[in-house]
Amino acid sequence: MIVVKNLHKKFNSEIEVLRGVDQHIRPGEKVVIVGPSGSGKSTFLRCLNLLEQPTQGEIWFDGQLINAKNVDIDKVRARMGMVFQHFNLFSHKTVIQNITLAPIKLKLQSPEEAKENALQLLRRVGLEDKADAYPSQISGGQKQRIAIVRSLAMNPKVMLFDEPTSALDPEMVGEVLDVMKELADSGMTMVVVTHEMGFAREIATRVLFMDDGKILEEAPPKEFFSNPENPRLKEFLSKIL
Amino acid sequence: MSFIIRFINNFIDNFSDKFYQNIIAENRWQLIIKGLLITLEVTFFAVLLGIVIGFVVAIIRSTYETTVKPNLLFKIINFISKVYLTVIRGTPVIIQLLIVYFVIFASVDINKVVAAVIAFGINSGAYVAEIVRSGIMSVDKGQFEAGRSLGLNYFQTMITIVLPQALKNILPALGNEFIVLLKETSVSGYIALMDLTKAADTIRSRTYEAFFPLLTAAFIYLILVMILSAGVTRLERWLRKSDRR
Repeated sequence: MIVVKNLHKKFNSEIEVLRGVDQHIRPGEKVVIVGPSGSGKSTFLRCLNLLEQPTQGEIWFDGQLINAKNVDIDKVRARMGMVFQHFNLFSHKTVIQNITLAPIKLKLQSPEEAKENALQLLRRVGLEDKADAYPSQISGGQKQRIAIVRSLAMNPKVMLFDEPTSALDPEMVGEVLDVMKELADSGMTMVVVTHEMGFAREIATRVLFMDDGKILEEAPPKEFFSNPENPRLKEFLSKIL
Repeated sequence: MSFIIRFINNFIDNFSDKFYQNIIAENRWQLIIKGLLITLEVTFFAVLLGIVIGFVVAIIRSTYETTVKPNLLFKIINFISKVYLTVIRGTPVIIQLLIVYFVIFASVDINKVVAAVIAFGINSGAYVAEIVRSGIMSVDKGQFEAGRSLGLNYFQTMITIVLPQALKNILPALGNEFIVLLKETSVSGYIALMDLTKAADTIRSRTYEAFFPLLTAAFIYLILVMILSAGVTRLERWLRKSDRR
């Protein structure tokens, strides 16, 4: 579904954050990316929907080279959901407006359909009573669940999560992970950057370890955690587990 | 001390007399009303022009700043915008007004109101542009990224997500700019446009009495500014409804 070839990313033409990443993410996979901070995991994720423009390499999505010239990137992004660390709900819109804005604006759904769909999604995450609240009136965990719903309203083929629980109070992490687990069970293709090792162990079909702009190890979670090979991964795991 | 008391006595004695002379006689109040309408007309259309120019220039400038590799045309447009901001903010508004009327439209018989609207609108646009640009920059980058990640294009994101939030942040500054503009139109007399100030000054030159006409004009400006401020405050409150907790 997503094929990445020899991906490089430099910032300010000096600091090289990604130094040649190759990946093949298949439909239905749940790929979890872990690694120390500054290792390039978020940049890698943000390259997948071109929020960061790669300096070199190819990104294919659904058989289309998306970092070529003359690609309508907005059409591509409409099929890729993204969830951010800081939620980024539109603070001047109510919850339901947040969810329906893009489908209506892009004429994918009529306003009635969009609203119906949004309410159904809100019910799925148990937040239908917050439909008319503003983001400033709800908790961090609720915001992130709504951010997930907002992405789902576009019926994406893949969901990208950029440290979705890192900005949350500890007691709110669970409710967000539950939504993500449910999403994983429904068969969604997911790429998740996270520090939640429990989530990786339970949900991932494949775990990637990134350091210094490269993927140093990848394996199914069982092997990844019990039998790490790369010395830097061993060190990393010993620090966090 | 005795001077002040004499002044006050004198003033009270002559009050109705002077009022009659300066405001009622020869229908001088009509001059004031006409002047007021001209002032309002110039301010209103100059504000509109200023908003249009200001938003366009602000969007050009902030888009340019976030573009990694701008093309030549965009570079030129950005350069023109920068020159515009520098020149307009670096020269007095009276000179700009005189240049518009006596230089740019010298050979054309242009309506003075139109000339004033153009001059004040172009002037205000430069200040509005910088206010709006600061507003756009005050909106968290994540808001923009969230819009783009949902498949909205640059301008859809700008107009439906960034600008409404920017507007909320800059409303006090923008309101202040319009209050300044209203008062700045009082130099319209330089091109012999009979605005409120010029009307009051004309009465002064007829009656040789400065107090009444000038204070009347000042009072009217004050009332207008107070109405404008109250309007901005209400608008602000309305826009802040998403901040309730």
